[in-house]
Amino acid sequence: MDYFHIAIVTLESTIRLSVPIILAALAGLFSERSGVFDIGLEGKMLAAAFAGGAVGAVYESAFLGLLAAIAVSTSLALVHAFASITQRGNQIVSGVAINFIALGATVILGQSWFRQGGRTPQLSGNGRFDTVTLPFADTLANVPVLGPIYANLISGHFLLTYFAFAMVPITWWILYRTRFGLRLRAVGENPGAVDTAGISVTRMRYMAVICCGILCGFAGAYLSMAVGAGFVKGMTAGKGFIALAALIFAKWKPVNVMLACLLFGFLDAMAILMQGRPLPLIGEVPVQFMQALPYILTVILLAGFIGKAIPPKAGGVPYVKER
Amino acid sequence: MSDLAIELKGIDKSFGAVHANKNINLRVHKGTIHGIIGENGAGKSTLMSILYGFYQADRGDIMVNGAKVTIRDPNVAIASGIGMVHQHFMLVDNFSVLENVMLGAEENAILNRGIINARAELKRLEDEYALEVDPDAIIEELPVGLQQRVEILKALYRGAEILILDEPTGVLTPPEADHLFRILEQLRDQGKTIILITHKLREIMAITDEVSVMRRGEIVATRDTAKTSVEELAELMVGRRVLLRVEKGEAHPQDVKLAVSGLTVRDNRGVVMVDDVSFDIKAGEIVGIAGVAGNGQSELLESITGIRHAERGTVMLDGDPVDVSGNADATELRKRGLAHVPEDRHHMGLVLSFEENENAMLGYHYDEAYLNGPMLNLDNIRKSAEKSVEKYDIRPPDVRLKTANFSGGNQQKIVLAREMERDPVVLVIGQPTRGVDVGAIEFIHKRIIEMRDAGKAVLLVSVELDEIRALSDRILVMFAGRIVGERLPDATEGELGLLMAGVEENQEAAQ
Amino acid sequence: MSAPYAKLPAWVEYGLIPLINLAVAFLVAGLVVLIVGESPLKAASLLVQGAFGYGEGLGFTLYYATNFIFAGLAVSVAFHCGLFNIGGEGQAYIGGLGVALVCLWLDGVMPWFITFPIALLGASLFGAAWAFIPGYLQAKRGSHVVITTIMFNFIASSLMVYMLVEVVKPLGSMAPQTRTFLEGGQLPRLDWLLSIFGFDIGGAPFNLSFIVALVAAFFVWLLIWRTRLGFEIRTMGASPSAARYAGIKQSRIIIITMMISGALAGMMALNPIMGDQHRLQLDFVAGAGFVGIAVALMGRSHPVGIIPAAILFGMLYQGGAEISFEMPNISRDMITIIQGLVILFAGALEHMFRPAIITFFATIRGARAAPQATEAGE
Repeated sequence: MDYFHIAIVTLESTIRLSVPIILAALAGLFSERSGVFDIGLEGKMLAAAFAGGAVGAVYESAFLGLLAAIAVSTSLALVHAFASITQRGNQIVSGVAINFIALGATVILGQSWFRQGGRTPQLSGNGRFDTVTLPFADTLANVPVLGPIYANLISGHFLLTYFAFAMVPITWWILYRTRFGLRLRAVGENPGAVDTAGISVTRMRYMAVICCGILCGFAGAYLSMAVGAGFVKGMTAGKGFIALAALIFAKWKPVNVMLACLLFGFLDAMAILMQGRPLPLIGEVPVQFMQALPYILTVILLAGFIGKAIPPKAGGVPYVKER
Repeated sequence: MSDLAIELKGIDKSFGAVHANKNINLRVHKGTIHGIIGENGAGKSTLMSILYGFYQADRGDIMVNGAKVTIRDPNVAIASGIGMVHQHFMLVDNFSVLENVMLGAEENAILNRGIINARAELKRLEDEYALEVDPDAIIEELPVGLQQRVEILKALYRGAEILILDEPTGVLTPPEADHLFRILEQLRDQGKTIILITHKLREIMAITDEVSVMRRGEIVATRDTAKTSVEELAELMVGRRVLLRVEKGEAHPQDVKLAVSGLTVRDNRGVVMVDDVSFDIKAGEIVGIAGVAGNGQSELLESITGIRHAERGTVMLDGDPVDVSGNADATELRKRGLAHVPEDRHHMGLVLSFEENENAMLGYHYDEAYLNGPMLNLDNIRKSAEKSVEKYDIRPPDVRLKTANFSGGNQQKIVLAREMERDPVVLVIGQPTRGVDVGAIEFIHKRIIEMRDAGKAVLLVSVELDEIRALSDRILVMFAGRIVGERLPDATEGELGLLMAGVEENQEAAQ
Repeated sequence: MSAPYAKLPAWVEYGLIPLINLAVAFLVAGLVVLIVGESPLKAASLLVQGAFGYGEGLGFTLYYATNFIFAGLAVSVAFHCGLFNIGGEGQAYIGGLGVALVCLWLDGVMPWFITFPIALLGASLFGAAWAFIPGYLQAKRGSHVVITTIMFNFIASSLMVYMLVEVVKPLGSMAPQTRTFLEGGQLPRLDWLLSIFGFDIGGAPFNLSFIVALVAAFFVWLLIWRTRLGFEIRTMGASPSAARYAGIKQSRIIIITMMISGALAGMMALNPIMGDQHRLQLDFVAGAGFVGIAVALMGRSHPVGIIPAAILFGMLYQGGAEISFEMPNISRDMITIIQGLVILFAGALEHMFRPAIITFFATIRGARAAPQATEAGE
């Protein structure tokens, strides 16, 4: 058996599986670093996937679909912002609510508009994102070792894939090299310091939550308009929660987020690959164990057995001026 | 141009029913250090928060450098050249010094050039005012004194000409405090105006040019520091209140019931708040601990009652040790006869959303009289609550009413009734009449005396000096975590006031 | 400053405000119905008709309500302790394993009334054990129970797939489910109960679990308001510092509360497994654990509120299925939207209308006391 080929295929699917969780986890990073917990990533992603699939199908434009995905996801983010920042409601409760609203609404609206059992019509042509072939990929494909790596691993992905990986350093740069990022990190740690420096805590947090909405929009669009060719009922299938786990696992840091997502994506790819195939020394590992591993690892991390995941200090707490 | 940096005219501010600032008039001259002194809750911090734009005054005008300014938010204050060092530092703990200084004054949307400029400016400020600090150090890794220096640098970086410091020495060790004073003097000599808020008389005398005394939301006097004395300020601060007279006979102390020895306690920030404290209390006497709030009384109470971890020392209750590791079994201590009326009834002593009768058993809910096996015996619980409602005249006399709906005085009576009616050996009471109406005060004082006469050992902590003098058989004065003197209740207010201000500390120690 | 907590009459606080929140949630849901081109009023009447109009519908309504009572109780017990247990779904799923193991073991040798109490115990034990770990991690290691219970839902799901595919599936069978239980593993239906009122439940799986749910609701009420443990749980939830002062052992209470919550969620499994399907299947919980959050918020964490809230959601489930025959645009997923809206308006936005209501009542009072009010001007 060609182990090299298997490795390339596995890594290729690792990348494909990591993209939506990287985008969603970075989305969560913006929100949570500003002190607003968000367990509604799943719902926002799902609603975005639906909006993208629906608009992409109707207008046969992937670009319009993407815009719709972002718009819908951001609207839901604003609901979360209104509940948790303006109304100082419980952020967890609000996140749960958004997940259910998205889960139900995508099916009801999809069925009413397209009558395909909650699916949106199959995307084709301009309605769907194409893969990008990088220069010389075909010519170089035959070069031993490096050729397949370039042609299959680096080239041949969707634009959104490159966008997701580009967002990692960009997020890092925004967070650590811009005024917005400085204030965003500060507001999640000590909103009092931000307030006394003459900056509006409410404004900062709204902006952060909007960033979260936009990125969830991209994540959703990737699912329904790039890897998938249309929306399918419940197609996020827990990816929003995997992203949440990755965010915690990454201790709320952008580069770590990418690594955690790649790890979780890799576990997912391995689970598919190893189905029914025994591993040397270990024997056959149940595929369900592989699927549960990201969550198990996150719990172990949360329990403080491998390092300690310390969330942003002001996370989950509505800001009230002290006397 | 006026030589006044700040002038406040008729500032008035209420929070709901609390009248925090009443018609405040204050003039602060340029290039001076102006002290504002007063007890906790006198309204100092509120006033300064108004000046910094954190709150808006209900009425009154603020003049900065002779011009009227409407300070809507901290931005306006910063633009007017006002900087503030808060009592609880407004720093982001996991940020570097540089990042904290820049926050809110970053120049550009992208930090690159801003960082370089900020670093240079910080260096210049450090040199100019001798405020050395590593710009790349992370705040949470710095000692408290340096963190405070960062706060000062933050204000200077924003071009502050007027610097407000709210209780700046509360978290500092004495050498750190001395260092701060040298910095402040130097800032003044370079033309800055400084407003220093404190409740420590010694600091006022040591460093200020002028001092204003606040009491119960009002400024009662402003003096040239050189022309006043500690005695005068102490008196102005505490005020000549109507002397409380409580009828009480002679005490008949018996055996020692509570013995504290060498107790040392740190607060959550690691600052030593109780420093090697020792005392005894006998059955049948009331020992009062006098002191300005924040000198370690709260931590002392909490460690004696087993709630707070003590670093060193022992507490003996009726001859047996109390676990002061901070993990004491509070139920066990209650069974052994330690009753505790906590200082903060809203936070600890009561659950405000509970019915009166539920709070009447809080902490004693293990008592078999309240239970039928694992079940609550509601009849007994309510009957017993009704009894104490009647005995303590708690109004309205409705044991099913939510506790939040009782007045402060009646809430306090609920706690007192609960802790007093169980024949304790030792009764520890913190701030028995804080926020309590006058009618209830007399009642509460009588009950405390009755407890003494019934042979209980009573430890009383109060920031109300009158109360301490009226009730105690012996008075211990606490200052900066130590017992700095013991007096009989006939000691004069002035004498106690000086001890509370830590003024006679050195002489006392020398004897 | 403290406007959100200004005092209002009790009937406003516990009656009017929750009702307004609920009404707004349903109004928004009505809007969605309008968007998909149906009449909300007609939908509502179909819903009520489908849920209560005939015996079988009523049977199904109460069957679903049974699940939601358990799930709502589970969430609310944790709420009383200040804990948010989102893990009801997973705890119920694992609870199902407890039920199934007992039934597979005893169904051939014992009558149902022997199997039933043991299965109930199995369900509670398995559910409690699954909630114990998040509870323990919260109490001893400070890991946030919200996140760990979410993670445990997914872990439970994987574990159950493994169990069904690899362990408890009968040999030679392809379907990931256990064999069908014999009579000793089947709970009797409650057709006689509804026939008293003249209803014929037909094929509805309305069964003994409903009675168990009502009994559980009573016991939860008893626990929370009538026992020493409940007093300690409530103290802990209302004020952790007062709990500490009162000598309540915080870790112990957190762990016990989570286990009770998990046990209640686990008991839910009794209804679909022993009461309806008579075997353990994939995904039998089907989101009922999450409905519990909406039910608990709507019922204000009190059994007296939870039972009607659960029946309301049971009505939505059953009626929703009926509507879809007449209105193809509306499927049972409508209920998921309503569930989300209820959680949003009765939970996260519960104080939204309060300032307006306070102003409203102040104006009424002001109008009554107008002569005195003028002098306070300036």
